[in-house]
Amino acid sequence: MIKFIAKRLGSGLVVLFVVSALTFTLLYISSGSIAQNILGDQATPEQVALKEQELGLDQPLVTRYFAWLGDALTGNLGASWFTSEPVANSLATRIPVTMTMVFTAMILIALCAALIGVAAAVKRGWVDRVVQIGAIVGDSIPGYVIGVFLVTILAIQLGLFPATSTISPEVGPEAWVVSMTLPVIALLINGVTGGAQQIRSAVIKQLERDYVRTLRSRGIGEREILFKHVLRSAAPAGLTVLSLQLIGMLGGVVIIEQIFALPGMGPLAVAATGQSDLPVVMGVVMYTVVVVIVVNLLVDILNGWLNPKVRVS
Amino acid sequence: MSDSIDSSAVTADAAGLAAKPGTGQSGTVVRSTVMRRLIRNPLGIASLVILGTIAILAIFAPVLAPFEENFANISKTLAPADSVNILGTDSAGRDTWSRLLFGAQLTLLSALLCAGVAIAIGLPAGLIAGYYAGKFEAVSNWVVSILMSLPGLIVLLTIRAAFGPSVWISMIAFGVLISPSYFRLTRTAVQSVRNELYVDAARVSGLSDLSIIARHIFSVVRAPIIIQTAAIAGVAIAIQSGLEFLGLGDPTKATWGVMLSEGFKNVYLTPTLLLWPALAMALTIGGLVLLGNAIRDALEDGEKIKHRKKRSVATAEGTTAEPAKARQSRKSVAAVELGTEHHLIKVTNLGVGYPQADGSVKKVVDDVSFHVDRGEILGIVGESGSGKSQTAFSILGLLPDNARIVGGSIQFDGNYTVAPGDDRVNQERLSKLRGKRISYIPQEPMSNLDPAFTIGYQLVTPMVRVLGITKAEARTRALKLLTDVGIANPERTFDAYPHEVSGGMAQRVLIAGAISCEPDLVIADEPTTALDVTVQADVLDLLRELQQRLNIGVILVTHNFGVVADLCDRVAVMQNGRLVEEGTVRDILRNPKEQYTQTLLGSMLEGKTPMTMLVTPQKEPVA
Repeated sequence: MIKFIAKRLGSGLVVLFVVSALTFTLLYISSGSIAQNILGDQATPEQVALKEQELGLDQPLVTRYFAWLGDALTGNLGASWFTSEPVANSLATRIPVTMTMVFTAMILIALCAALIGVAAAVKRGWVDRVVQIGAIVGDSIPGYVIGVFLVTILAIQLGLFPATSTISPEVGPEAWVVSMTLPVIALLINGVTGGAQQIRSAVIKQLERDYVRTLRSRGIGEREILFKHVLRSAAPAGLTVLSLQLIGMLGGVVIIEQIFALPGMGPLAVAATGQSDLPVVMGVVMYTVVVVIVVNLLVDILNGWLNPKVRVS
Repeated sequence: MSDSIDSSAVTADAAGLAAKPGTGQSGTVVRSTVMRRLIRNPLGIASLVILGTIAILAIFAPVLAPFEENFANISKTLAPADSVNILGTDSAGRDTWSRLLFGAQLTLLSALLCAGVAIAIGLPAGLIAGYYAGKFEAVSNWVVSILMSLPGLIVLLTIRAAFGPSVWISMIAFGVLISPSYFRLTRTAVQSVRNELYVDAARVSGLSDLSIIARHIFSVVRAPIIIQTAAIAGVAIAIQSGLEFLGLGDPTKATWGVMLSEGFKNVYLTPTLLLWPALAMALTIGGLVLLGNAIRDALEDGEKIKHRKKRSVATAEGTTAEPAKARQSRKSVAAVELGTEHHLIKVTNLGVGYPQADGSVKKVVDDVSFHVDRGEILGIVGESGSGKSQTAFSILGLLPDNARIVGGSIQFDGNYTVAPGDDRVNQERLSKLRGKRISYIPQEPMSNLDPAFTIGYQLVTPMVRVLGITKAEARTRALKLLTDVGIANPERTFDAYPHEVSGGMAQRVLIAGAISCEPDLVIADEPTTALDVTVQADVLDLLRELQQRLNIGVILVTHNFGVVADLCDRVAVMQNGRLVEEGTVRDILRNPKEQYTQTLLGSMLEGKTPMTMLVTPQKEPVA
């Protein structure tokens, strides 16, 4: 098991390295007029050259990448070209906001989707039909559009919730919960509809397996078969579904935070993208890849624990 | 919300279809029936109409739109709908209806570009990886796993930071990012087809790899790719508009995302501005989702109907071709059953059917009667689809949910488990018998053990539940049972997971499980079919030895007269859901009365010495 984890961790680090190198190359290859952009139109060519030197843009790409990598390994991700704030600092203040939302939404998705999906698979009938229709509706409306309408109807028209949620945890748990409710709902609706349908398919697939019939023939009760055997075998598929949703949510939350004016990763990423503030963009990408790698590692470990065959190989 | 979620879901579905070769999309004839089925499906036709309308509006946008997309009438901002601006104007005085039309054009084109790029990369790569495997497959799998693990929107933000605001560049990038879904789909399909006999035949007959791929493999992946494209176009539209909503799109273009963002900025003044782009988006993406679903349903229905036709034709032949004979044999069998004598299991005029969509009931078992006593082995023989497994499962009460008892009764030890007139098995009664007094030995050893639990656990738990003994007692008994069924190292097998033992060993474990609670009746459904010939003989010997020692009744379902001759006391022959002949093994083998039995026997024994173990390890689908 330890060997298995070490192997996965190793391949995660390789992915991190490859993605960072690719992103770095991609960003800096096309960064011709950055110094000009930072200084504005009035800057003289001398000033621009000086700025380029200051930012290290006159160095060859490989040198710059390894300089960045060396710094990054010590926790220094550089500083924003526009605000001069260290990237690591901005990430540290914003990641908690975003991650609170993402994980709250994920936990709720996991609970709701599993509950509804399993119910649909076992009971069939109307529950099943609702899940199927829900999946189509959920697939048809992008999550951020749902967010926009939640704000418009529940916050602006009906005044049930604050329209923007710039409150931090310090203002007290109740205000925090109230202001987080709409963004989390906007994040989770697609996840629940899509997840429930996929978990339903995974459970039905297991219920139709031969060993379930044999367990029945041995006198094992339906409830024990469902909870001990079927759900356990369906769990890896469900986990994969949920991990893909979480990864997708890292992108989705950017728009949701923009809609609700939350001080998370979203506004930072959007502003940096618009200005081509490359150190910040690099930092955002790195944070994303690290979260993805950690999530995938956790899913691998859980799957290994659930499935003896994976564990052995 | 995103990208990777939805697309991966559809990938799984579509790949599932592609994995089944011959899902019914080879050749134009089948395709046209799929098309017809699609049009007949209300959701299918609705999605086609919606998408068609949007496409026409988009194509003729320059003609239909009353204004240029960026024409601004500054004196008329945020105006309500009137005869000039039929949907009103935005905060810059631009016409909403015109912008909606130009937005449709851009949206559809960009979705097409994205899908096109994804196909151009994913399809050839999937073909090569699936057909030649090897290093290319290993490398591409690695690349795929990286691409799949990146959130689409973050990648697009990076691309935007690097290359500036361009719909086309971002859609090409997203096409690259999502190409793994086509790659996986194609690879799975190709892998499943690659080893099919007809592809081998094509190869042997000297066709080049290229023409094999073109002829056989494209026909398999075509339909799943259409389904996939519908899904991917939807995801592309969602993510593209999201980027524009964030203000990172091309500001000179009218798009639905920009319009939504514009509406959101003026949400306090004119919330209706939000409605139109959102509606356009939901209709387009929804139309694509429905279209994908409808195509999939059309293909799956095709499968079902084909399957059903085959079966019901067979049944019809059986009932019409030899009605006189069938009736006669029924009578002769019924005569045995008319008495009120007590049997361990007594099946009387049993009928099993499946309700069809059109309201009729398709019978798979019709008017079947037999009985078994303690210490007796009854063989039920018949070819695939003869209803022998369905009969066995009605005794066990393990028929699929949609099955109905359409006639007759089943008595176990004098009690009805299916009373006359019941349309379902009495589960309340059977759940007390199952595992305890009636048990089951399945056909395929590996798939009948739960891979996630040790063999020991799977032997111990039923004993704890059914007999109410402690785990320690059950463990001792399980080890003894494993020894009894001829396993040399019971401790090791006890601790092993199913994937760690051989098929023969697994079948011994299943037999041990079946006798663990000392049942009175064991139903063995083709217990040796999936095993090697040498192991088959051992398992049959084991069955006979156990049956004699424990004095249990056995129903042995098989298609193999060799097994019957070797093991059974009596034999019942089934064809097309009916019992055609029943009697002692000696009588039936020496002097078969029915034409069908003779044919079966002839096919088994021709040119061979009777009563030997000439068994082909041929797998039979559970009928």
